[in-house]
Amino acid sequence: MQINVTVNGTAHSADVEPRTLLVHYIREQCGLTGTNIGCDTSSCGACTIHMDGESVKSCTVLAVQADGSDIKTIEGMAAADGTLHPMQESFRQCHGLQCGYCTPGMVMAAVGILNENPHPTETEVREGLEGNLCRCTGYHNIVKAVLHCAEGASK
Amino acid sequence: MIPALFDYVRAGSAEEAVSLIAQHGEEAKFLAGGHSLLPLMKLRLAAPSMLIDLGRIKDLSYIRDAGDHVAIGALTRHHDVQHSTLLATANPLLAHAAGHVGDPQVRHRGTIGGSLAHADAASDLPAVAVAMNAQLIVQGPNGKRTIAARDFYRGFLESALAADEMLVEIQFPNLTGGTWSFQKFNRRAQDWAIVGVAAYKHNGTAGIGLVNMGSTPIYAAASSAAAAGGGSPADAADLAVQEAEPQADLYASVAYRTHLAKVLVRRALEEAS
Repeated sequence: MQINVTVNGTAHSADVEPRTLLVHYIREQCGLTGTNIGCDTSSCGACTIHMDGESVKSCTVLAVQADGSDIKTIEGMAAADGTLHPMQESFRQCHGLQCGYCTPGMVMAAVGILNENPHPTETEVREGLEGNLCRCTGYHNIVKAVLHCAEGASK
Repeated sequence: MIPALFDYVRAGSAEEAVSLIAQHGEEAKFLAGGHSLLPLMKLRLAAPSMLIDLGRIKDLSYIRDAGDHVAIGALTRHHDVQHSTLLATANPLLAHAAGHVGDPQVRHRGTIGGSLAHADAASDLPAVAVAMNAQLIVQGPNGKRTIAARDFYRGFLESALAADEMLVEIQFPNLTGGTWSFQKFNRRAQDWAIVGVAAYKHNGTAGIGLVNMGSTPIYAAASSAAAAGGGSPADAADLAVQEAEPQADLYASVAYRTHLAKVLVRRALEEAS
């Protein structure tokens, strides 16, 4: 089936099988491998992307369901000149990552939290990240990074 | 994990969806947000030959004040139920429970109709629906009919929906001014409840629904009657499992679930007093 999606500002048109998962389409057909596949059962959040501005788990969306939508992945966060997105910069400064596997999904989920609630409390950040697992258990600095980014935005 | 092969078609309206499922028979399934169905298909526990995608039927996504009840379109997402300003006063228990479904990403995709029609006794919203006896409006080839939530759930993942019917609207009572509580006991943030309780009191009525205390969501009728009649939370909680048929699983024995349900009903009624 033919689908048309915008991925990180670029229009894509592709013929996909109905059973193609959005994460496979992004990784294999768009060649954007920054979005990771973790649990593949919509638990871990490693595959989190933005679909029409909202965080979703791309392992549990069919590519055909995303037809016509605006997709943003981790590759679309930094500016064209390489300047990191404020959330990426906050993760760097607060050491919000260890092995890095969950990081793309964490960053996308975190930006999603601030889009809906620009000044969250620590509890709201922790609850907002409940769909993302860090198997290094590095949550403390991840939460710090999100709060750091929110503070930066209010200055 | 990749689902088995299937054909895919989009419905533009509820009428079209119902006519498509009549054409394609029992091997076809409706796809709403897909957050119950797609995981089952990826595990190959479900392998429908056709998916009828309802996701583009935008006119079935709404939350409307209808006086004595709030009418919610079946394709309204959990996120929108959670953040509804109307429900914040008219039925805060429902909005709060919707905020406990899955996680933010899941709530951006999953729908209230999908969750209720999937009929999973372990999920949160069916218990809320039986607690307040929501009215489910379903559409079939010969028009619409209404099924009370307490008559809707028939068995494990089984509902009163006929194969050629689709859930289109859910009507929840307006409980403005009432008191309520939602108790969800689980081991990890995004887990299903080991046991959950949805309870409300409003104008001399009370309703209690239990999550994961049987093969269907359970309406705790005896407890509800005791709570409505002015019984103490502890006395009402003693009756909590009268209608339940809990089963053991990896996390909890029958005895543990039974004990937990009574504790949670007591806490819920204390909070809702």
